[in-house]
Amino acid sequence: MSKSSNIDAYRRKFLLGVAGTATAVTVAPGLLLRQAGAKAPSEEISDKNRWGMLIDVDRLPNGGQGVVDACKKEHGWGDEAHSNDQQKAHWVRTVHVKEKLTEHEFDLPVMCQHCETAPCADVCPTGASFRREDGVVLVDKHICIGCRYCMMACPYKARSLVHEALFDQKAHSPRGKGTVESCTMCVHRIDVGRLPACVEASNGAIIFGDLNDKNSEISQALKARGGKQIRADLGLNTGVRYQGI
Amino acid sequence: MSSKKVIYSEVENSGIGYYGLLALFGLFLLGGVIAFFTMEHNGHYITGMNNQTVWGLPHIFAIFLIVAASGALNIGSIGTVFGKKIYQPLGRLSGLIAIALLIGGLVVLLLDLGRVDHVIQMATGHLNFKSIFAWNMILYSGFLGLVGLYLWAMMSRSRLAKKLYRSMGVSAFTWRLILTTGTGSIFGFLVARQAFDAAILAPLFIVLSFSLGLATFLIILMAAYRWTQREVGDAILNRLRYLLAVFILGVLLLEVTRHLTNLYATEHHGVEAFILGGGNLYSNLFWYGYILFGTLAPLALIFCRLLKNSRAALLLAAILTALGGFALLYVIVIGGQAYPLVLFPNAEISSTYFDGVITAYKPGMWEWLLGLAGVALVLIIITVAVKVLRFMPLSLADSVVDPHAK
Repeated sequence: MSKSSNIDAYRRKFLLGVAGTATAVTVAPGLLLRQAGAKAPSEEISDKNRWGMLIDVDRLPNGGQGVVDACKKEHGWGDEAHSNDQQKAHWVRTVHVKEKLTEHEFDLPVMCQHCETAPCADVCPTGASFRREDGVVLVDKHICIGCRYCMMACPYKARSLVHEALFDQKAHSPRGKGTVESCTMCVHRIDVGRLPACVEASNGAIIFGDLNDKNSEISQALKARGGKQIRADLGLNTGVRYQGI
Repeated sequence: MSSKKVIYSEVENSGIGYYGLLALFGLFLLGGVIAFFTMEHNGHYITGMNNQTVWGLPHIFAIFLIVAASGALNIGSIGTVFGKKIYQPLGRLSGLIAIALLIGGLVVLLLDLGRVDHVIQMATGHLNFKSIFAWNMILYSGFLGLVGLYLWAMMSRSRLAKKLYRSMGVSAFTWRLILTTGTGSIFGFLVARQAFDAAILAPLFIVLSFSLGLATFLIILMAAYRWTQREVGDAILNRLRYLLAVFILGVLLLEVTRHLTNLYATEHHGVEAFILGGGNLYSNLFWYGYILFGTLAPLALIFCRLLKNSRAALLLAAILTALGGFALLYVIVIGGQAYPLVLFPNAEISSTYFDGVITAYKPGMWEWLLGLAGVALVLIIITVAVKVLRFMPLSLADSVVDPHAK
């Protein structure tokens, strides 16, 4: 082999090495995070992703009360000082269901189901209720007028009006008197590649991930065992699915 | 245009009665202002409204006034659009009452918002055209504009106004039909709740606007003419009397149809049993408030031969119709929310957050104050307007409005 061809081979190897390292550096966090089910911090919010959750109610102890507590702690709702029980905010609650004929019973946590065609976003006069491109349904509190039409429209009673002034709020989860709020799927976490608080507290009973990615854990689990929607008859194609209901 | 003999004039009485009336309405308005600032300062926790019953008494007042607004315009429309001469002298008052009612209703709706200060952002383009609420904002402002022009066409002496009189009347009439369709659709478009989600709510609200608008118009007409010592003849009152009966029957027809279609669908049996089945506030309001006192009683007062030409009977019929309509709106809007959402059909549902149970709503003082202030604002606008402009014919005696009267 001539000297020049040796140098060429060396260069090729070097370039391949650089390219390989660069690819690994770029792709690896994505792969690792994908396994965790979350998004890379640098990744843009786009309709490439559709974030969703699969809740296995049989594996959730105490009807998912731990999940409710984790959400409460993360976002600070539910301890409004002046509001009565009917007025207090509830981003997620556990519901007990008993089928009348079969007497089959189960508990499940119910929160915003992050519908693909969200009735709340449809009826909102200002567009404050909106669905992010990645499927997360949110309220822009700066333009919410507090008309509560979205609360009338939501089939899941997932939304709350803040009935009083709030103090000492969590910086990552701003809330406001006179505006409507609901589960944000912890966007402040998922946008930096972390899992929603409820998922972390669920001991694996809730899988979070990208419903658009056929290889994600959530898609695989749904493909294998299916997942039901609450009020599937409404055709809302919810981002939150359940097993065991 | 109206008969040549009809002379319009401003209200000249300005004694204690007039200012006393304004002061009384002003007191109610003040109550509403205090209620608004108190709610704005503290938040909605001071009201009876909550996350189960999100729309409460203020919304019933607001919907009543808005629906009645478009109905009050009908009196003018019958004269202008359908060419019934006997109604034409009432056109100006009809337009005025329509505008006043709409403003009153909108003010109540606005002042109940959680963040009324954010509304200004809608003017900067934050409008979602998939929302019937956003459309209603446009329909309401358009109504005010069109009825304003219609009033101008009726009241101006210019040739242009006379030329545009009919087309303005037709535009305002068409617009009001679309407007009430929009108001009814607020509920018709709510897919989630058993009590709503029905296309029939739009025509129901249209016919309800006919009856509530006419009832309100009659009450104001009779009071205004009595207090200003002006004459109203039997010819006009009897026309309105039987028209009211037709409208009352129209509402009844659509309301019965709504319940019958619901009763046919198994999924609605629960909510129908709740509303119709008795033993709760909403059943009582429906059967006693709307059916007995709001429908059958006024019909009896109208058709009872002994009460023919009785003004007291007509006034009572109009008041009962209005109150019955209010009760019906309460049943539809608040009863519809009291009935729980059906997350799982054929199952018993429970939670610590009122799932699966009928929820209670008791309107508080602030809601009453706010709602009544809306009514007071309507009456203030009318009371002031009839004094400064020529809305009221000097006489509505039979000889003036109906040359063929005996």
